Amino acid sequence: MEKWPNNRAWLLVLPVFVIVAFSAIIPLMTVINYSVQDIFGPNQAIFVGFEWFREMLADKRLHDALWRQFLFSGLVLVIEMPLGILIALAMPKKGWGVSLCLVTIALPLLIPWNTIGTIWIIFTRPDIGLFGAGMNSLLGIPFDHTARPLDAWITVMLMEVWHWTPLVALLAYAGLRAIPEAYYQAARIDGASAWSTFLYIQLPKMRGVLTIAFLLRFMDSFLIYAEPFVLTGGGPGNSTTFLSLYLVKIALLQFDLGPGGAFSLIYFVIVLLFSFIFYQALERIGKGDKV
Amino acid sequence: MKGRKKFVGLAIYFILLLVPIYWMLNMSLRSNADILASFALYPKDITLMNYMNIFTDSSWYMGYVNSMIYVALNTAISLFVALPAAYAFSRYQFVGDKQLFFWLLTNRMAPAAVFALPFFQLYSTVGLLDTHIAVALAHCLFNVPLAVWILEGFMSGIPREIDETAFIDGYSFPRFFITIFIPLIRAGVGVTAFFCFMFSWVELLLARTLTVTEAKPISAIMTRTISATGLDYGLLAAAGILTIVPGAMVIWFVRNHMAKGFALGRV
Repeated sequence: MEKWPNNRAWLLVLPVFVIVAFSAIIPLMTVINYSVQDIFGPNQAIFVGFEWFREMLADKRLHDALWRQFLFSGLVLVIEMPLGILIALAMPKKGWGVSLCLVTIALPLLIPWNTIGTIWIIFTRPDIGLFGAGMNSLLGIPFDHTARPLDAWITVMLMEVWHWTPLVALLAYAGLRAIPEAYYQAARIDGASAWSTFLYIQLPKMRGVLTIAFLLRFMDSFLIYAEPFVLTGGGPGNSTTFLSLYLVKIALLQFDLGPGGAFSLIYFVIVLLFSFIFYQALERIGKGDKV
Repeated sequence: MKGRKKFVGLAIYFILLLVPIYWMLNMSLRSNADILASFALYPKDITLMNYMNIFTDSSWYMGYVNSMIYVALNTAISLFVALPAAYAFSRYQFVGDKQLFFWLLTNRMAPAAVFALPFFQLYSTVGLLDTHIAVALAHCLFNVPLAVWILEGFMSGIPREIDETAFIDGYSFPRFFITIFIPLIRAGVGVTAFFCFMFSWVELLLARTLTVTEAKPISAIMTRTISATGLDYGLLAAAGILTIVPGAMVIWFVRNHMAKGFALGRV
């Protein structure tokens, strides 16, 4: 659909621009300001140029946290996207079941993030948690997310999949509901199998919503903070210290605003770069198979 | 997938989804001493003591009130500014439209930890610190872009002949927008409101940074359960259960919109 060229449309966008810019631009400028200075206290700072960027880029622990973060976000996307689509395909299309499914599935999304961490502490503790105690005494598998790195990872992944798969499922369900019945009828007449119906009709039609789901999941999992902070505190050792947990360690606990600012900007650029690549790639796939 | 297998798979998923929440409910109905003393699949002596503690202590229950005030404000502001903007993005071509759209999205990509301090400085400079409106405005940073994105999808699904016909019939833009266009995407507005509510309700870091006492959100107050004697699991679980309630109520109200809205738009 061709859009009407009209620059007065800016008037309609202006309120959004003002309200977002108010909260976006000044804090961003301030962080850039931090990143090039060594700050000792109020009104005591010296300009250090790109010193902090060099230091941060060479920081071994930052590299470790970054790889951990890539592994985590990669796993999140690989598990949650197919699982969410599968759930959306299985959900009822009409009747009372629709409301029931939507309400239940949205529950984890509406729980504050630190409460999510709390739920999983209570659920997985080896002494009082159903999952932790079940693993230890019923199945005889030693499980303790506070002591063993692998167990900590399993717990964080379980929590993450539990928490966010519903978002993918809800968006995928929305995409599925928007496909006109005529497409399915055509597929039936052609004698298409369920698999080819999925591959050639449902998946291309869901591209728009899946783009949103994919980008939201990438950004939010890459920036994850509160849930692992409450659940594991980044431990045991540094095994679940994701990028933002390490950032908080540097910036707030050691109160080093300069390196913290530089770290934040590097972090921001990484998220921006990957989001941009994903966005462009997903848009291009869309142009290839315009139905 | 065949019908039966589908149903069983879905049922298993929903059970797994509910078990952790059930476990917290179980904990919330037991005293802390009882929780630490024995493992129980269901509460044997149900006590409402944890909930009574919360409902009789104003520093606890005001947390819920504060959270609800700023979340409602944020949802209202986000929708109010995002509706005309989404219309512009879905109907018009203008200088910088694509760049502006992507810039809006980039505001969801900054790590909040270090940005929290400049936020604190900014809002104390303009004298809004420790007010509900400060948190509501700060949450616009990530909710407004999302609202524009979702609404734009719904609006693009409405044929433009409707706009053209209305303008030929002599409708002014505001009158057309409010009396004809918004009712057409009612469902989309419902879905957007749901997402704005959700992301504002669950956010912790900015809300905690921008408030001191007057507008302190419940999620920040929950950290009080950590005392010298360790965690009070019963109280923590009860507070957690209560944070789920408003969200569950919102879903209940918009459930029909969600089903329908999700069916209409490409979101």
